[in-house]
Amino acid sequence: MAGIPHDHYEPTSGGEKWLHRRLPIVGLLYDTLMIPTPKNLNWMWIWGIVLTFCLALQIITGIALVMHYTPDTELAFASVEHIMRNVNGGWALRYIHANGASLFFVAVYLHIFRGLYYGSYKAPREVTWIIGMLIYLAMMATAFMGYVLPWGQMSFWGATVITGLFGAIPFVGETLQTWLLGGPAVGNYTLTRFFSLHYLLPFVIAGLVIVHIWAFHTTGNNNPTGVEVRRGSKEEAKRDTVPFWPYFVIKDLFALTVILAIFFAIVGFMPNYLGHADNYIEANPLSTPAHIVPEWYFLPFYAILRAFTADVWIVQLASFVTGGIIDAKFFGVLAMFGSIAVLALTPWLDTSSVRSGRFRPMFKWWFTLLVVDFIVLMWVGARPAEGIYNWISLIASTYWFAFFLVILPLLGVIEKPLAQPATIEDDFKAHYSGKTGGSKTIVSPAE
Amino acid sequence: MLKKLTASALAALVLSTGAGLAAGEGGHVTDYSFSFEGPFGTYDQMQLQRGLQVYTEICSACHGMKLVPIRSLAAENGPGLPEDQVRAYAEFWEVWDPELRDYRTALPTDNFPESGLESAPDLSLMAKARAGFHGPYGTGLSQLFKGIGGPEYIASLLTGYTGGDIEQAGTILYENEVFESGYIAMAQPLYGDDVVYADGTEATLEQEAQDVAAFLMWAAEPKMMQRKQAGFIAVLFLGILGVLLYLTNKRLWAPIKRREKDQPAE
Repeated sequence: MAGIPHDHYEPTSGGEKWLHRRLPIVGLLYDTLMIPTPKNLNWMWIWGIVLTFCLALQIITGIALVMHYTPDTELAFASVEHIMRNVNGGWALRYIHANGASLFFVAVYLHIFRGLYYGSYKAPREVTWIIGMLIYLAMMATAFMGYVLPWGQMSFWGATVITGLFGAIPFVGETLQTWLLGGPAVGNYTLTRFFSLHYLLPFVIAGLVIVHIWAFHTTGNNNPTGVEVRRGSKEEAKRDTVPFWPYFVIKDLFALTVILAIFFAIVGFMPNYLGHADNYIEANPLSTPAHIVPEWYFLPFYAILRAFTADVWIVQLASFVTGGIIDAKFFGVLAMFGSIAVLALTPWLDTSSVRSGRFRPMFKWWFTLLVVDFIVLMWVGARPAEGIYNWISLIASTYWFAFFLVILPLLGVIEKPLAQPATIEDDFKAHYSGKTGGSKTIVSPAE
Repeated sequence: MLKKLTASALAALVLSTGAGLAAGEGGHVTDYSFSFEGPFGTYDQMQLQRGLQVYTEICSACHGMKLVPIRSLAAENGPGLPEDQVRAYAEFWEVWDPELRDYRTALPTDNFPESGLESAPDLSLMAKARAGFHGPYGTGLSQLFKGIGGPEYIASLLTGYTGGDIEQAGTILYENEVFESGYIAMAQPLYGDDVVYADGTEATLEQEAQDVAAFLMWAAEPKMMQRKQAGFIAVLFLGILGVLLYLTNKRLWAPIKRREKDQPAE
């Protein structure tokens, strides 16, 4: 692989040479595992391993669950209860799988916000970022379809609402919605196709993850200073990096263990805390729940969807300009997809030449506000859309777009960045000299 | 159909009226203390057996529990009835046999029958389905710290009747302080002394309500005790592994960090 110069795999024994000439797979694994990694990575760089673990966990528990699940509207709900009651360890499989989705999203949000803060999306890592966004989209689709499978009330009505969003698209909406659902309304044909795709998409994600890793192994990892590893010679590179194995493998495994301890405490002691109680009621097309709420990880975007009601001036303007084609409903849908699109476009919206937020005094504060904004959106997304909550979600949504479309481009022009260290080695030295050993870093896992 | 469903769903989505708020926060749910609360809480076997008695003699007149196998009454981490009692208990029920195309006496391998009254919801999962308290302000803190959930709701509901009623569209609705809308279609089922407990416990209204709530919690979550035990073991072992990995990591990195310290920047 291109990038940071380092020692490559050399086959020594006869057998190794024989294989290497035919299939250099050992070399590939060696180079992947021994990749020079900036030695100043902090604890926010552990989420990649956590995410990879989550994907494996979900696929393995999912494959076992499929052996006992029945994708049929008459039988699905009972088959899930069959798993919970009669299958050996079935309750553990299902609770791990359901809460595993939450862990997956906790990790992906921290991973994304880490990337935003340290400018990991900036050149030359735009492709890594875009692939990451594709993974995130595939994760959302997978999680959404997985939530439909138990065929509870929230499964059914969540599916109705979300596919209804596509129905809001002018001209083609209704056709598109029918195509997605496989029929006129959410029914057995919807359940079977969601089941099929819920099984397929994780493997698509696995493929994208390989490309994601390939991309950042080509450019090298970003790091908390945003300063590139020196690539003049092997010697120079060695002073900025350590090999991934064993240094970061052990560090990441330690972090993963701490996170899993918290995860299993949730699975063991409060497995239904993050779910919605209404999903323990079998789906009933004739009874709409009073309050349809998506899972927590969709709430920020759900809040943005609901924020732009017909009485907001920008919605009225859009409606006037387009002659009514963009109504409040469609505007909400556009805003929701737009809020993810601006995230994906960050590499081109950020005009600053400095990568790391550590050396960007103004960006730091706006970024902190963005994190608060995300949490506020998540909270308000679960509140009824009335009174003060409408205002909160409108203000919070506006900030989300303002950050990416106005603040980020402007900051690059008006902000005076702080001095950056010349090399990663300097940063590492500054961090560890003057101390008696040991690291001052604090583990702050999930949530 | 599509339009109607989408319209009603979107209406619920956009409006999510005050009823939603009430549903989220619940009425005046009393925070009863149950033996199975907390990370080490276990089911009280005697209470589950009393609750089973209340269910069998009162609730089952209208409600069913179609997802719960009768044989699970023998579960050690549940009511723990002896095998012969479970067999005798099963004979109490008639279930529909699709092969015979007729009703027959139930076997322990059958599930409890479905609700006899069409409008009476199935109680198999009721204790989990009514656990939706995410107050205050949707933060879920009362659920997290006080452990208020489905059993508290059920016990409160059963003791929440005021005695008042109204007639609505030909149906009598009974006033209840706990039910979201204030009026519930179910007539007050328990008044106290509705059953004579086999173990001699005094059958007050509060006692019966809590016993049947505990029983329904077990019915909804029969593997709770195994789950907590597994969770505890998992956390314990991951904790030990975590300590070992922490020490490994510290020792592994020590030379890298020391090298930096010993050679001051040139």
